[in-house]
Amino acid sequence: MAEVNFVSVNVGDQIPVLVKPEITRTTLGLFAGASGDHNPIHIDIDFARAAGMDDVFAHGMLSMAYLAQALTNWVPQSALRSYNVRFSAITHLRDRITCSGEIVEKFEENGESYIRVKLQAVNQDGDVKLAGDAVIALPKH
Amino acid sequence: MIDRSHIGREFGIHTADIEKGRLRFFAKATGETNPVYFDEEAAKAAGHRTLPAPPTFLFSMDMEVPDPFEILKIMDIDLGKILHGTQEFMYHKPVYAGDTISFKSEVTDIFDKKGGALEFIVKKTSATNQKNELVAEMSRTIVVRNG
Repeated sequence: MAEVNFVSVNVGDQIPVLVKPEITRTTLGLFAGASGDHNPIHIDIDFARAAGMDDVFAHGMLSMAYLAQALTNWVPQSALRSYNVRFSAITHLRDRITCSGEIVEKFEENGESYIRVKLQAVNQDGDVKLAGDAVIALPKH
Repeated sequence: MIDRSHIGREFGIHTADIEKGRLRFFAKATGETNPVYFDEEAAKAAGHRTLPAPPTFLFSMDMEVPDPFEILKIMDIDLGKILHGTQEFMYHKPVYAGDTISFKSEVTDIFDKKGGALEFIVKKTSATNQKNELVAEMSRTIVVRNG
């Protein structure tokens, strides 16, 4: 990846968008196993219905992993200092998640240069599923 | 209503091994396309000593206990009634395959909204490696749908 540095980025810049494939039952089954979150609400429709939901739904952490990929496709993970999200709506089966981010702040602290990136994950209808931010340390030049 | 006396409750320290196979499975399950996360040679070429754990992976390793939903049992909460509200990570050191990570958690807050229709549990976790270095801190809000 081309190296991103502090002087070359500006507030208002967008990070490269990441578009993920449609979420299927297979996606959720695999993610349950890989993530260790075996809550049946994500993989067992009988359990989900008994809990008052129409169907199983995606793990919030799946979309958080997707949104992290938008960051690590852009800068090396070692630059990541913090990464926070709010799960604002449930991600459903057949949703297609698009991850994006915008630089909202540049600051320096203790001799290091940082940017703050405002992040969001939306589905194919533009409904916001995750909103959050990340602080990234960047080389000065 | 969840008993507020659970605020301050600490959970026993548990440890989890960061394994290459699990990292590759996580990469597959999340549709990862950056080979640094599943191809050890690509990871080394990018300056890593082996496969790195991606940014949210420690959340999964914190669930590597006999009962990852123990907190719900303790508080008498139905597993079907919870949602993930927020999740925060602060990163201090990289985590790699071969590391052994210890997790220590505490309930730091319990509060409600909408007249108790929604309750929120805040759990903070610190993660240290086998050299006793703090690698990351996590905070999660669990939302409980009452009624």
